[in-house]
Amino acid sequence: MMKNSFFHIVLVAILVVLPLFFGEYYVNLGSQIMVAVIFAASLNLLVGYGGLTSLGHATYLGLAAYTSAWLFQKYGMSHDYTAVIALMFTTFIGAIFGWISLRASGLSFLMLTLALSQIIWGIGYRWVALTNGDNGISGLTRPSPFGINLENSTNFYWFCLIVTVISLFFIARIVNSPFGTSLKGTRDQEKRMSALGYNVWMIRWVTFIMASFFGAVSGLLYVYLNKYIHPSVISITSSAEGLLCVIAGGAGTLAGPILGSILIVLLKNYVSGFVERWNMLLGIIFVFIVIFMPAGMAPGFKQLKNRWFGGKKP
Amino acid sequence: MLSSGFALIFGLMRIANLTHGSLFMIGAYIAASVLRGGYNLVVAAIVAMAFVGLLGAIIERLILRSLSGNSQGQVLATLGLSFIAADACLMIWGGDPIPINAPEMLRAPLQLFGFSFPTYRLVVLGISMISAVLLYLLMERTRLGAMIRAGVDDMQMARAVGIPASQLFTIVFSLGALLAGLGGTVGGPMLNAYPGLDADMLPLALIVVILGGVGSLIGTFVASFIIGFIYTFGIALVPDLAYVILFLPMVFVIAFRPSGLFGTIRT
Amino acid sequence: MTLALEVKDLKKSFGGIAVTQSVNLQIAPGERRLIIGPNGAGKTTLFAQITGDLKPDSGSVSIFGKEVIPLPVHARAHMGMSRTYQIITLFKKDTLAHNVVLSLLGIDGRKKNIFNPLGPQDSLYDQAIEFLDSVGLKQQAHRHVSEISYGEQRRVEIALALAQKPKLLLLDEPLAGLSQDERVMVSELINKISKDVAIVMIEHDMDMALAFAEKILVLQYGKVIVDGDRDAVVNDPKTQEVYLGH
Repeated sequence: MMKNSFFHIVLVAILVVLPLFFGEYYVNLGSQIMVAVIFAASLNLLVGYGGLTSLGHATYLGLAAYTSAWLFQKYGMSHDYTAVIALMFTTFIGAIFGWISLRASGLSFLMLTLALSQIIWGIGYRWVALTNGDNGISGLTRPSPFGINLENSTNFYWFCLIVTVISLFFIARIVNSPFGTSLKGTRDQEKRMSALGYNVWMIRWVTFIMASFFGAVSGLLYVYLNKYIHPSVISITSSAEGLLCVIAGGAGTLAGPILGSILIVLLKNYVSGFVERWNMLLGIIFVFIVIFMPAGMAPGFKQLKNRWFGGKKP
Repeated sequence: MLSSGFALIFGLMRIANLTHGSLFMIGAYIAASVLRGGYNLVVAAIVAMAFVGLLGAIIERLILRSLSGNSQGQVLATLGLSFIAADACLMIWGGDPIPINAPEMLRAPLQLFGFSFPTYRLVVLGISMISAVLLYLLMERTRLGAMIRAGVDDMQMARAVGIPASQLFTIVFSLGALLAGLGGTVGGPMLNAYPGLDADMLPLALIVVILGGVGSLIGTFVASFIIGFIYTFGIALVPDLAYVILFLPMVFVIAFRPSGLFGTIRT
Repeated sequence: MTLALEVKDLKKSFGGIAVTQSVNLQIAPGERRLIIGPNGAGKTTLFAQITGDLKPDSGSVSIFGKEVIPLPVHARAHMGMSRTYQIITLFKKDTLAHNVVLSLLGIDGRKKNIFNPLGPQDSLYDQAIEFLDSVGLKQQAHRHVSEISYGEQRRVEIALALAQKPKLLLLDEPLAGLSQDERVMVSELINKISKDVAIVMIEHDMDMALAFAEKILVLQYGKVIVDGDRDAVVNDPKTQEVYLGH
């Protein structure tokens, strides 16, 4: 156990000092990666640990982002309030959508999450009066917690790092808690869990809510980072990218979303410089990973890490 | 037509074929190319069906086969394929919409009982009814249809009595794809071929199948009409939210009657 | 005295075929009841209606006096009922100890905790190992289910059921597919179970089952043919007809 914590501390320390060595572009890239990490980690709760594949998770990122943007623009509300309202509202919608989606399971569940996401996406594009449609909402600002100016990239990077570490900490706690244990159980043997006295539906619904909450967190960071929001963020492509991060990294592991996000964000940034067809590449990677590496990258890396740093005994 | 293909694939193979929209779009594009080459729509339809059907078979054999049993993987793979297809179409045919014209003789409105009907749409209606009937006959009256139905009802039992499941899968997938291709061609004059056609069409297929009920062709047929009506009226009344209106029935149906209006199978 | 299990006038049909026809069944606390019948008699269907996997068309099922049909499946574990499965539905990728822990957690209020870690040092694991010991699998506690033999998996099934300290235990063909030695081992296990636990068992292995049973219910085509004390049922000509006739 001790050795594991040591590894984590070293890692975080490295991340903290990174911006001192790299230019602004890379620092922003780092922030971008962290937003993706939280998003992927939230989705992983559903997909990896709950066994519930959702294709509509971008909804929660988008809802939180739009709520924050809209409140700021329309009412000039300060970020303390917009953040809280955005989180609460998005989680509330998550509860409702979760209730609807969980009326079904398996593929129907997937289609429901997709459908609900499309509804929000449609609203985002068409209800121009509310969301400014295809133009998106711009001219946004970043919050200034405790008076610290986050317009500075490095400061913002550290802000993201703090939020990411805290979020991952809580997600890890959830996963390793008795609740998390029962969640994994429902993923593996749903009927048996019912017979053993677990309320499977409730477990899944609560997980859905938690996933939408952390998805909202990533949405807030997203809109602060970009200071702009556009409906495309709620598209299927967006949800699919998140899903790819989870699967490529390794669903059902804590490191998976991290590794996957790093890979996908880096790819996206570098490759789109050379290749116009990001979508096609995304699709190819998807198919490749699903067929050849379904367990993702994390399991392989874990072995390496255990050899160097020592790890937990099974 | 689009939806019956999807229903077929989903019902039998439990694969939510997210590539379906893409296949529709590819059909439309191919038809457009054929037409530009100076052939008429019928030829275009045949070519599109053949090509897309073949594509479907290839997809099934190469990719879906290697993921058999892993339904989540299959869905994700088809999702990936749809992205690839979308960009490929963009590369091959460019970003502008390509018009597909109805044949000359069908352009003038038909005068019937004092009403003026858009001729081409009537023809489309006719074609879809004919193909629905054909599909129905295939399912209910032929041996192939019987085998497919057996497979849908109980896969293991079907295998046990010697039904060649794997070839069946390929055939079904091809058939589904073929229908999508036909749909793309026939719908061409009304919709044109453009990037994003797949994203517009796929949700419709999903909605129709879920609304109508998995495993029921009749359900699919009925649901197609219902959705069609809602969409048309929705566009007329509340253009901004037409898209949303489309999804609401599906959401309600799943929430309160998960097996759909006519569904017989539980996922 | 409240009956451990009472089934009253249970009826179920599937599209015109009656699979459960007015079945009545009464199990007293601590009773050892055997349910037998030829294949297709409706034994599993009856079980399913008791465990909540299937909803009957009419009739009632009460566990310790409480009507359970309108309740969700997971309510029963909290009323003192446990079951085993005919097909192995264990958590294959987990250790034996973890499997039992899941069983223990199912009826424990702790399962709602989303914050405190549940690791191998937790007291639940110690309890799990004790239960595994009671089925003779203590040494295997840290192996994965996928690594152990079928017979051992069957014993894990029983450990999972016992871990919830049931007062009513439903065993669905616990000896299915076992070798002779394994049958003896599992039979002894079952017979060792405390006398205040009512056990209802479906089983085909007559030798073992008859030794176990105090009372027997014979089903055929979904109907109760004979119901009574073991010796009476065994000697009843109707029983012999069910098995040997037509």
